[in-house]
This record gives sequence, structure tokens and C-alpha cells, in this order.
Amino acid sequence: MAVPHRSAGRRSFYLNVSRWAVAPSLVYVAIFFAAPIVVMIIVSFWQRVGGKLEAVWSFVNYEKLFKKSYLLEGWFNSIEVALITTVVSILVAYPLAYVLAYQVPKHWQKFALILCILPFWTSYLVRSYAWTIVLSETGIINTVLLSIGIIDDPMQIGYTRGATVLGFVHFFMMLLTLTIYSNLVQISKSYRLAGEDLGANKFQVFLRITLPLSLPGIAIGAFITFVIAIGDFITPMILGGGNEMLLPQAIMLQVQRANDFPMASAMSVLLMISVTIAYFLLARWLKMDRV
Amino acid sequence: MKPIRPNGPFSPYDRSVSTLMNRRRFMKGAAAVTGGAAAAGMMAPTKSYAGNDISFLTWCDHTDARLIGLYEEAIGGKVNVKSYEGTGSALATIEQSQPGDWDMFMCDFQDTGMVSATGIIDQLDDSRVPWDGMFEGIQAQPHAYTNGKLYGVPDKFGYYGVAYNKDKVDPEDAKSGAIMYDPKYKGRIAVYDYYFVIMQLVGISKGIIPADITVENLESVIREPLLELKANSLLTGDILTTLNALHTESVDIIVGGAEWSVALDMANSPWLDYQYFDEGALMWNEALSIVSDSENKDAVWDCIDTTLTPDGQRYLATSDCYWAMPVMKNTPLTDDEKAILRWDEQPGILANSYPSTMGTPDVDAAMIDLWTEYLAS
Repeated sequence: MAVPHRSAGRRSFYLNVSRWAVAPSLVYVAIFFAAPIVVMIIVSFWQRVGGKLEAVWSFVNYEKLFKKSYLLEGWFNSIEVALITTVVSILVAYPLAYVLAYQVPKHWQKFALILCILPFWTSYLVRSYAWTIVLSETGIINTVLLSIGIIDDPMQIGYTRGATVLGFVHFFMMLLTLTIYSNLVQISKSYRLAGEDLGANKFQVFLRITLPLSLPGIAIGAFITFVIAIGDFITPMILGGGNEMLLPQAIMLQVQRANDFPMASAMSVLLMISVTIAYFLLARWLKMDRV
Repeated sequence: MKPIRPNGPFSPYDRSVSTLMNRRRFMKGAAAVTGGAAAAGMMAPTKSYAGNDISFLTWCDHTDARLIGLYEEAIGGKVNVKSYEGTGSALATIEQSQPGDWDMFMCDFQDTGMVSATGIIDQLDDSRVPWDGMFEGIQAQPHAYTNGKLYGVPDKFGYYGVAYNKDKVDPEDAKSGAIMYDPKYKGRIAVYDYYFVIMQLVGISKGIIPADITVENLESVIREPLLELKANSLLTGDILTTLNALHTESVDIIVGGAEWSVALDMANSPWLDYQYFDEGALMWNEALSIVSDSENKDAVWDCIDTTLTPDGQRYLATSDCYWAMPVMKNTPLTDDEKAILRWDEQPGILANSYPSTMGTPDVDAAMIDLWTEYLAS
């Protein structure tokens, strides 16, 4: 009769314990993340008929979604605005993160970071409405431009896609700055010094060492920015003035006005597909342990 | 710039930077803040009630602290308030709640018939309502009774039309629905994003009263001018967004606005004004209903009675959320307040008004589709 090895048995015991230890996390994820998504997908195949929810399986909502060109346009607009926001946010956030990580003395970095996150301490809505005042015809931008004679009439800055993107970039660039900064400070200084010793100038060191090594930070920040921006309906409504419909606005109409959760779910599934595609595009660089 | 009405850590895990706030420090800080807040909450003085609390679902005007104070005094309990915007939104809230969660529902009077069909609200005792003290025409509205039964007690009314900057807009222009499409005001218009109200205003401007709107004439008559309005406007937004645009002079007109959107500010901002269309004013009328599942119906009746007292009506008419006409003729408003609300003109306006009612499910669904198209255009 084969006698089980004592140490193997102990290892298996510990393995089982560690399995049980993760169970609460798995249950948490299942209840609060997986289950709602499954429910949303299921409901997207139901219908609201005559003001009542009917649990009858059909593709009616998806058919409607793909037949109405303005809904598809709303989806494309959402992707476009989220992409523009992500790219602009990276372009603004990277230099700031770089300066914070490499130019600001260590003992000032904490203070500088706190300054950077200050905007997060105010209400999102207040920030949006504050922007409408800044961008209005009588706002500070138009007032300054008019007073120094650059323009003769106030420019229409508010209630445009540009205003929406501006608001988004303001809200998200700090998030990106933080993820990039966290990544940059983890890159060993010796890599850069070695590059310089081997004859590379500062730009080459940045392009061939720092930038590639900071891609995980950029990817994670970009992904989070994209996910939040594509699902936001408040900023486009307030700063965009409802002049360009994004899919989250249509979802809110279905939820708040029509009480049509199946249709709203179908639209949300479409948004989720966009986010999933974004994830796979960035998956190569999405290394959470680097941030 | 004109004054605007007051209204209403991160630390991503970072092993290399020990000087920064780390996760443990953040958690400790958060725990301290949370614990402190909880302790403060436990130690804060709390008002005790006699188990007569009610939950109240309403538009924001009924949340005025003075009015809620009257309610709580009347029932000897706490009034838990949640505000909503739009009957559809309120119905969704009730539908997603447990039976008994809501006691009092401030439903648009014109929607009480439709809402009663869902079984959400109770039939009310008509003899308990002081109709004789109300403005003429309130009780005579076609939607007041559903199959001879009363489901809501009206307490406040007003209209949708246009609110505007009278320094920039000719008051004569504001009297016609044609102002919505007038190229003279291109890019100077904000549209209140309440879909059926705007479609009903467009309908009135084209000779179709709200009750006559159908799925067919939405497409054949209302769609084109609605999209024309969108092209003529600068923005479509909620109450705050449109008001903000008016106050910062980004626009001169709010379509869908009227006394409810600007009366509160008119004393301090004399450049503000409002107007109803000569083709007809689009009337809204709020009413208080009792939720069928409520276990505290007597307390709700006490609140309804309180709303119709002179103080209740005065607080409601001049609510810190928005002003509009009280239904009771004996409401003790000042002369200035009456002038702003056009108290003396009410009989004429009432006679030329059409109730703004939510359409049948089919019409409503078609309206939401058209509104989505409007937003995308």
C-alpha cells in the first residue's frame, strides 16, 4: 500500500487553506461584478411592452439599436470622444508626471502631488458647472481675448465637443499623471545613466529607455480614462450642451424617462463591448503590479 | 456677468516611494476619518419622533424646509423626502421600491389618471378638498377626475412657455411659438430637456394641442419643427444648465421655461422675464396623492391639509427651488410676489391653457425615440 508522503500532505493542506482564503474575494467579485453583468446581458434580451417588463427572449432591442442610425452614431461619438480625451490626457499628463518624478526634488514631490489631486476634492458637478462659466461668452477666456483685442466678438467655446473634451481632460489628466508618475519613479536611475554613458543624449534616453518602460503606467491610466469617459453622461450634457448625443445619454433617457431597462441594457452591452476591445488592445501593457 | 443663483488619494500601490502615502497609511487615514464621522454622527443630537414618519416622493419645490417643517409639526414625525424630475422617473423609482416604502407622492395632476391605472395611488375623499377656495378652473380641468374618482389634490400650478432676457429679446416676439424657430434668435436659445413638454410646445405652435398628439402626427407635424428648433438653439440641458446659460448671457431664451424657472430670481434680476404663447399656455399642475401601499395614510392626509393652509401655500408658491401659483385664492403673498407670478392675469391665462400630460405608453415611447433623434441631430 502506498503511504502518502507526509510533507506532500501538509503542502496540499496549506494549498487548500490558501484556496479558502481567496473565497471571500471571489464571492465579492461574483456578487458585485460578475452577477450584475450577467443580469444586464440577460435583461438586454427582454422587452418592455406597454409599460411592462416582459421576460421573453428576443433580439428586438439589438435590432432597434442597429436599425436606428442615430443610436449607432451616438455609439461612435462616444468612442471618438473617449479616444480623443484619452490621447489628449496622455499628452498633457505625461510631461507633468515626468517633471514630478524627475525634476521636482524628492522632498517636494509629496506636496506637488497633493496639489495635483486637489481638483479631485471638489464635486464633479461643481467642476462641470464652473467650466460652463469659464467658457461662457462673458467668461474669463472671452473677456481676456476681447480685452487684448485678439477677437472682436465672443467665441463660442462652451456647449461644444471641445468643451466636453476639455472638461474630461481636466477631470482625468490627474488620474493619468498619477499612474504614469508611479511607474516613472519605479524605473531605476541606473538604466538612464547607463544609456547616457553609452553615448545617448537625453532625448534618446527618454525615447528608448524611459518611454518604453513607462508604457504600463500609460496603458493603465489610459484604460481607466477611456472606461470612465465612455460611460459618462453628465459632462457631455453640461459642457457639451446636449449638442452631440453620446450613448450614455441615450441610456439615461431609457432609464429615467422610458423606464425601459431592456433597451438600456442592450445599449450598455454595446458600451461594454467597446471597453472590452479597449482592454484587449491595451492588455499587453496592463500590468497592475507596476503601478 | 450677471450673478448666478446659488443652488440650490489616491495612492496607487507604489513600493518604491516610501515617502508617499502608502496603502496602509491611506487605510489608516480613511479609517480615522470614517470612524470620526461615524462617532460624530452617533453623538449628534437627534430629533425623536412618535413613529409617525412618512416618505415623500416629490418635485424639488415641495422640499422647501419651511413646508417640510409644517408637515413634521402636523404629523409629529419625520418626513423623508426624495426629489425626482418627471413622472416617468418617479414611476421608475416606485417600481423599483418595496411596497410600503413610499407614503405620499407629489404627482403631476394631469398624470394622476394614468398613474391610478397602475394601482400605485389611492382614490381620495373628494369632500375633504376645499375646491371652493381654489382658483376657478382648477377643479374643472378634464383630468381632475378619472372615471369620476379623484386621485390627487392639486396644490400648485404654472406653465411652460419661454423665459428670456428682456434686454435682448423683444417681448412681442416672445408671445408667439414662432420664436422657437425665428432665425433672429439663432444660437441664442437654450432648450429645457423635458422631452414631452418641448414636443407639446412645438405642437401648440403648430396648432396641435397636447391631448391630440399621436404617434402619427408626431412624425408628420411635430418632427420637422422640433429638429428646426434644435438647429436654432445653442444647447439642450437640464434646469441648471439652461439657467446657467441664461445668466452667463450665452443664450437669451429658455424654451420650456416660464415663471417656474425665473420668478425666484426676478426681484434681483430685473432683466429676466417670462411669457406664455398666445397660441396657448402649456399648463402643469402639481397634486398630492396617497400611495396605496402606505401604512400611514392619515399622516399623509394631514400633510395634504397642511399644504392647503395659507402658510403651506405661501411656502410652496415661493419655494426656494422654484416659484409658481398656489391653487388657493387666499394665499397671503405680497404684492410684489403676486406681480411676479401675474396673479391678476390668471383667469385669462388659465382659460387659454392646455394641460401638459404624459402620453399613452405608445405615444410616450415614440416621443422618447424622437427626442433621442433630436439630441443626435
